[in-house]
Amino acid sequence: MNQDSFITVDGVWKSFDAHAVLRGISLNVAAHSATVLIGASGSGKSTLLRCINALETVDAGSIVVDQELDVTAFDADFDAIRRRIGIVFQSYNLFPHMKVLENITLGPIRVLKKSRKESVDTAMELLRRFGLEAKTHDYPDRLSGGQAQRVAIVRALAMEPEIMLFDEITSALDPMLVGEVLDSVRELRAGGLTIVMATHEMSFAKEIADQVCFLHDGVVWESGSAASVFSNPQRPETQGFLHRVN
Amino acid sequence: MNTPAPGADTVFVDPLRQERSRKKARRDALIGIGSLLGFVAVIVLLVGRSSGWETVQKTFFNGDQFVESFPGLVQAFWLNVRIFLIAQPLILIIGLLVALARTVKSPIFLPIRVLATLYVDILRGVPTILIIFLLGFGMPALQLPGVPSDAIFWGTAALVLSYGAYVAEVFRAGIGSVHPSQTMAARSLGLSSFQTNRFVVLPQAIRNVTPPLLNDFISLQKDTALVAVLGPIEVLRRAQIDTSSNFNYTPYVGAALIFIALTIPMTRFADWMQVRSSRKRRAGGVA
Repeated sequence: MNQDSFITVDGVWKSFDAHAVLRGISLNVAAHSATVLIGASGSGKSTLLRCINALETVDAGSIVVDQELDVTAFDADFDAIRRRIGIVFQSYNLFPHMKVLENITLGPIRVLKKSRKESVDTAMELLRRFGLEAKTHDYPDRLSGGQAQRVAIVRALAMEPEIMLFDEITSALDPMLVGEVLDSVRELRAGGLTIVMATHEMSFAKEIADQVCFLHDGVVWESGSAASVFSNPQRPETQGFLHRVN
Repeated sequence: MNTPAPGADTVFVDPLRQERSRKKARRDALIGIGSLLGFVAVIVLLVGRSSGWETVQKTFFNGDQFVESFPGLVQAFWLNVRIFLIAQPLILIIGLLVALARTVKSPIFLPIRVLATLYVDILRGVPTILIIFLLGFGMPALQLPGVPSDAIFWGTAALVLSYGAYVAEVFRAGIGSVHPSQTMAARSLGLSSFQTNRFVVLPQAIRNVTPPLLNDFISLQKDTALVAVLGPIEVLRRAQIDTSSNFNYTPYVGAALIFIALTIPMTRFADWMQVRSSRKRRAGGVA
């Protein structure tokens, strides 16, 4: 096992009915690094992220975090896993019946068993940091897509995760609003969080990625530094994909 | 004509268009009223000129009989109200518990799931009035120690069991109406399956099913009259007694009016809730 690897994905298979989405995928993510997953829709990016967060069970293979936490074990403590790993979804998935502040403090109060006051303080600090203070007492239906997605990021951050997974978080947004959300990710990257991100924003991927993985047919087809994958892709499928999205 | 500056925060409607749409609205209202009046006139003429009308008027719409029986009916209706008020919260509790029992996945709870499914299948399959007969006459006949033999008790219990099955299905539909992505988001924050239900799924489910639940309770309000078959003197039984002692059916009409006086406001309230919740959901979007 690679000793520098913080997230070690090893030969993971996952299929839905008869359709195999992940076909023995392997991948190493170093601590405090940003890994960007690119690839066509259906290449397995979202499924891989969900498997890392144990929201999906794998059919074969293993995913180990920090050399010790086996996410794919039968008797894995899913709650412990999810406390260390946050995820933000394409469709925000805020809780519509709760105000922004309640959305953010639910996890800290109920899962981390923090006091209400401490949770609110942390939430307010995060809301200020992401410029969302004015929205504290609004319901999610009063937010723009960009604001909703930033609240979703804050909600995940309030759990103080070591790893953040971003699943195409800008794909549902108006182009005008993509920037503010990517700014938030940029800030987290600077803060040293370990990030795994599936995205179609190639220029952003180029900017923040330590490692770019091109997923094709359920495996990592080609990977390397942003410079090597984007400027000098080796395999024809990677070249074709980059050609189509640019 | 003055045009407001572009971007100004104002609403602008061409006065000519406004005048014309106002005229059209007025004309539509007049036509509607006229049509309604004509319709009523035709009905009144048809019914009034029928050969049996005089007899019907005497036996169903007798003013003296109405005045004489009405206070007694209202008094008897209080029993219906009490049955309703006791049954309603019990139905909500049973319905929710049964709906939840049917959603638990843990294998150890399989017996509970099977029981809940059986309960819903059987109680929903038997007419309410039959359940009232079975419980109302059957349970006291068992003469079990400690089991009440009171007809009102068993009538209410039968209503609770029958409606509990319906309401359980309404709650189950409500739980199903909450998008799975909500559960996923809650679980991704580390919430347990119980916490996810308690804080994320159920609050939304209950909100979604409030309008259909109100409809069920309007129906329950009327069905309290079914308890009459066991003998307690609630409003329908009272009307029946008055009717047979005076050979006049006016008390039935009085009883109907009392039910309507309560159900119509509740129906309007349910409509209003329905409109409000659908408007909210549209505004909620994908959030």
